[in-house]
Amino acid sequence: MAAEAGQTVCETFLIEGKEFFDAGKVSTEIKRMLKELGVQPEIVRRVAIAMYEAEMNVVMYASRATVTVVLTPKTIKIIVDDEGPGIMSVELAMQEGYSTATPRMRELGFGAGMGLPNIKKNADTFEINTAVGKGTRLEITVCIN
Amino acid sequence: MKCLRSCPTQALRVRGGKAMLLGDRCIDCGECVRTCPSHAIVPQTSTFSDFSGFKHTVALPSPVFYSQFGKGVRPSTILSALKTIGFDDAYDVACASESVSIAIEEYLASSDSPRPLISPFCPTIVRLIQVRYPNLVDNLIPIESPMEIAAREVKRLKMHQLGLQEHEIGVLYLTPCPSKMIALKNPPRKKHSFLDGIIPISEIYPKTLQALAHADLTDGEPEIRGLGLGWPIVGGQVACLKAEDAIAIAGLTDVMRVFDEIENGKLQDVQYIECHSCPTACVGGSLTAENPYIARGRVLRMVANHGSVPCQDREKIRELYKKNFFSLIGTISPNPVHPLDEDISRGIQKMQRRHQIYDMLPKIDCGACGAPTCLTFAEDVVKGDADADECVFLTMKTFETMSANLLDVVTKHTKKGSVHPGKYTYDS
Repeated sequence: MAAEAGQTVCETFLIEGKEFFDAGKVSTEIKRMLKELGVQPEIVRRVAIAMYEAEMNVVMYASRATVTVVLTPKTIKIIVDDEGPGIMSVELAMQEGYSTATPRMRELGFGAGMGLPNIKKNADTFEINTAVGKGTRLEITVCIN
Repeated sequence: MKCLRSCPTQALRVRGGKAMLLGDRCIDCGECVRTCPSHAIVPQTSTFSDFSGFKHTVALPSPVFYSQFGKGVRPSTILSALKTIGFDDAYDVACASESVSIAIEEYLASSDSPRPLISPFCPTIVRLIQVRYPNLVDNLIPIESPMEIAAREVKRLKMHQLGLQEHEIGVLYLTPCPSKMIALKNPPRKKHSFLDGIIPISEIYPKTLQALAHADLTDGEPEIRGLGLGWPIVGGQVACLKAEDAIAIAGLTDVMRVFDEIENGKLQDVQYIECHSCPTACVGGSLTAENPYIARGRVLRMVANHGSVPCQDREKIRELYKKNFFSLIGTISPNPVHPLDEDISRGIQKMQRRHQIYDMLPKIDCGACGAPTCLTFAEDVVKGDADADECVFLTMKTFETMSANLLDVVTKHTKKGSVHPGKYTYDS
C-alpha cells in the first residue's frame, strides 16, 4: 500500500454550474497531466472526451460539482460528484439521443443526448449513482498503461 | 528576460545570463525573436552571397511582400524590381495559393478524414500539433504549401526553358517569418524541398524600396490577380473556399484553446480551420518590414481590386488534383514533448515532487531564476536541470529561518544569563 501511495497523484477541482465559459478547463488540465506522463495520444483523447462530457453535464444541469482525479501508473479514475437535480431514469439517460435539455438549449447546440453514452463509450469502467433532487456521482476509469 | 514570458510553450530558460532553448518544446513561432529588446535571438537566415553557386536564381516572394510598399505599387512592378537587385527572375506565389485553395475544396468534398480539417501551411501550427496535440495530426490536410508548389513548378519551367540541371537553379523564398526558414532547415517531415534558400523580407526590403524608387510604375506587366492575393491575412484562405463551415483562427493562445476543444470532441461540424500562429496572420510575421495593420489594409485593397478575376482554370486544377499534383510529400508524424520520465511510475513520482516544490515557491512567476514560471522551475528542479536555491524567494526564506534560529539561540542564552549584554563572554 505504501509503495502504491508513493505513485498516486490526487487532484481535486471544482466546477460551478452555468459557467459555460469554464467548461472544458478540468478536461484540459487532466489532458496536460497525461501528456506530461507520455500517455498514448489515443488514451488522452478518450479521457478528454469523457471528462469534457461530464463537465458539460455539470455546467448545464447542476449547481456545482467536485471532481476528484486519482492517477496511478495503470489507471486514471475520475469521480464527479455533483449537487444537482439527479437523473430520473438512468436507463433512459444512457440511451443515445435521449435528453432532458429544453428546446432552447437544443437550439443553442446543447443537449444532443450523447453525454452519458459518450462517457461510457470512452471509459473502461463507468458507474453512475444518482438521487433525484440531490445529485449524481459518476465514477469513470480509463486504463492508461 | 522578456523572451522567457513570450514563449507560448515555455521552451526558453536563461542560464548564466544567456537564453537557451529546449528543442523538444520549441515550435518555431518566432515570438522570442520579436520580443528580445537587444535582438540577441536571431534566426539563421540566408543572404544573397550564399547563392552565388547557382547559375540562375529565382525569387519567390511570399504574397506578404506585395503589402510592404505604398499604394499604387503593383505586385507585378515589385516582381520586376526584384529582377534588378540581383535575382535573375521572380515569380508570383499568390497564383499557387489559388490553385491550392481549389485543391483544398476538392479534398474537403472527397475525404472522410476526421473533421475539422486543419490547414498545414503555417509551419508553427504543424509543430504545435506534433509537439502538443499529437491527436490532431490526422486532422492536418495533406496538401503541399503554395510555396512548395510554386518552387517545384518554377524549377520544372526553368530546367525546360534554360536547359539547366535542377541543382543549377536556385529558388529562394522571401519569407515574412522565421518558421518557414526552420521548416526548410529542419523539416517537420522527411522530404525533399524544392526551395534552396529563404531570405527574410526585412532584409530584401531596403534594396527593393530603392529599386522601386526608380521603377516605372506603369510598366505594362500583366496584373497579378485572384483570391490567392488574400492568403497572407486572417480569413484569406477561407475566403477562397466555397465550403460552408470553414473558420479562421489566428494567434497561438486562441489556436490552442480551439485545439483543446477539438481534442474534447467538439467542433466536428466545422469542415476546415485556417490556422495562423501570428495574431495578424502572415502580414504580422516577425521578419516583415511594414506595420501588420497597414499591410492588411493593402492586402484587402488588392483583393478588392484584383481578387474577383481568377488566375487559374478551375477545371485544369481539378485534373491536376486528381493526378496528386498537390499531395503532401511524406507524412507528418507526432513528435510529443519529452515526458517527465520514460517510466510512468517514476513520472508520477516526479509529478508529486514537482507539486511539493511548487508549493514552496512564491507563485508570482518573477522569472529571476531563469525559468518562465514557478511551475516550470519546479519541473526543472525535479529533472535536475536547476537547483532549488536558484529561487531568490526560497533562499530568502532559508536565511530568514536561519537568522530566526540564531536569534532564538541568542535569546535563550541571554535569559539563562549566559550572555551578558556588553560583556560578550560565554560560559561553556
